[in-house]
Amino acid sequence: MKQLVRLAVVILAVCGILLFTISRLNASQGYSGNNTLTVYNWGDYIDPEVLDSFEEETGITVIYETFDTNEAMMTKIQQGGTSYDIAVPSEYMIEKLKEEDLLLPIDHSKIPNLKNIDERFLDLSFDPDNKYSIPYFWGTVGIVYNSKQLNGMKINSWDDLWNPTLKNEIIFTDSPREIIGMGLNSLGYSLNDTDPHHLQEAYDKLVSLKPNVKALLGDENKMLLASGEASIGVVWSGDASEIMSENEDLDYVLPEEGSNLWFDNMVIPKTAKNVDAAHKFMNYMLDPKVAAKNTEYVSYSTPNEEALQYMPEEMVNDKRFYPSPEQTERLEVYENLGPEKLGRINELFLQFKME
Amino acid sequence: MENKSTRSLYMIPYVIWIAFFVIAPILLVLYYSFQDLNGNFSLTNYQNFFTPIYLEMTLSSFWYAFLITLVTLLFAYPTAYLLTKLKHKQLWLLLIIVPSWINLLLKAYAFLGIFGTYGMANKLLEAIGMGSKQLLFTDFSFVFVAVYIFIPFMILPIFNSLDKLNATYLDAANDLGASRWTTFRRIVFPLTIDGVKAGCQITFIPALSLFMLTRLIAGSQVITLGTAIEQQFLVTQDWGMGSTIAVFLIIFMFIVMFATGTKRRRARG
Repeated sequence: MKQLVRLAVVILAVCGILLFTISRLNASQGYSGNNTLTVYNWGDYIDPEVLDSFEEETGITVIYETFDTNEAMMTKIQQGGTSYDIAVPSEYMIEKLKEEDLLLPIDHSKIPNLKNIDERFLDLSFDPDNKYSIPYFWGTVGIVYNSKQLNGMKINSWDDLWNPTLKNEIIFTDSPREIIGMGLNSLGYSLNDTDPHHLQEAYDKLVSLKPNVKALLGDENKMLLASGEASIGVVWSGDASEIMSENEDLDYVLPEEGSNLWFDNMVIPKTAKNVDAAHKFMNYMLDPKVAAKNTEYVSYSTPNEEALQYMPEEMVNDKRFYPSPEQTERLEVYENLGPEKLGRINELFLQFKME
Repeated sequence: MENKSTRSLYMIPYVIWIAFFVIAPILLVLYYSFQDLNGNFSLTNYQNFFTPIYLEMTLSSFWYAFLITLVTLLFAYPTAYLLTKLKHKQLWLLLIIVPSWINLLLKAYAFLGIFGTYGMANKLLEAIGMGSKQLLFTDFSFVFVAVYIFIPFMILPIFNSLDKLNATYLDAANDLGASRWTTFRRIVFPLTIDGVKAGCQITFIPALSLFMLTRLIAGSQVITLGTAIEQQFLVTQDWGMGSTIAVFLIIFMFIVMFATGTKRRRARG
């Protein structure tokens, strides 16, 4: 017992000394000074070298934190414990943050690089005139599948997933709107449809898909799909390209019936302390060369038109990840449905899982 | 007199702890459970709970928790009994407890690999000629992993009560002509029932609200009340409904505690 206590004391002391050293080092490098920028972003969603070069160029020190759901991010911003200068929510969350009055308007005169952004991605319904948000990445929801494991079978639509030969083959992203949305889309309804009858129809159709469902997972799905544990996955486009870079047998398809088109945009939360640096950061990220480098690392699709010329050609010409305007036309953006309707979708989703 | 005042002095940390970390959170949960989505006082969440979805969820939570507790008990009791008969019993006991020092998440990920299509479990099945099976994301794997996680907590109290059992009782039973089964049924089991109850409590209550394993091992196809609470807070952001489910979970836990509670009427031998 005595030895145990002694050991614990030694470990605590070592930790304390290390912490102290780190804080001294940080102080000597200016981390605790006023010239810092706190960025709150999705996990693994920026090239760390880009952050380094931003620090070098501007002398601003970046403190970088990550989140894994829009909702968790909103909760933290609301509580205001940390004063984030930049956050990267998705479009429906931007609407919600705006409603809650948690965002600061952006001064476009400080972001000349905004001109590099493809017009398709500006002035969208969730943020008219981009008053509060600047595009960061965009993507879709689709099907990634291993045609080799499926004996050369081709998948083109949501309806193909209902094929009885695919028993126990599909892994889904554990996310209510994606799955219920898939049901709605496969029936020809809109992703944002909240008509109770249509939702019930979508639910009934999803229940008949249950024999083909292997699991509903979070980030583990990438590992399992790449290793061939299941041959089909319903995933976000960026995850798909990550899986495909690990296993070449896999292919990604945007379903015929339509699907979700999403945007992650940079915003300045109301709690920001260094609004000036936040503008500088946004402008820096929109620089074509920086955006190209960042995109190659993150592997989601960039909205930066000028950046495309600095990227590998096979990446830019890949219609699966850079669908043409005609293709994106049948895709829909999520609307903020409000808590009651979202609650209904969530309940149907729980029920679907229990079936 | 002084004895009494020092005793109340010792009570202070306990009282502070209970007030801030037990009573205050429960009151907060209660308060939130009476709020609807717009922050008004209402009973809608409680009405919602009594709809088929949540009742079914409660039922399935109880079913799986029951199954997990039962299987754990079936493995733990003989193991604990065997342990008391061994020479270096403390060492063996330690070996059983050691895995519980490892983080739950790490263990869950390890099972993802073991039970996978190309994992060790399937290689073994193939080797003995049973052919590979879908193990991951089934009820079997969920119960298996849960039992694996809870088993040390069940063995410990049973081991303690078996270890304290007075051996002369067994001799007496033997002398009076009781068969081994009768001895176990009439003497050993009744005398160790407190250990069994403590073990069941410590297994059943957390099993009711398991939520990480339901996703990683059961592929989200088993839904417990814990999963529902997580979704209400993180996805729907309906803190009221999440709190209401939590209130029911607390009530259920009290019922379980009460039902399995030890009555200290008899003096211990």
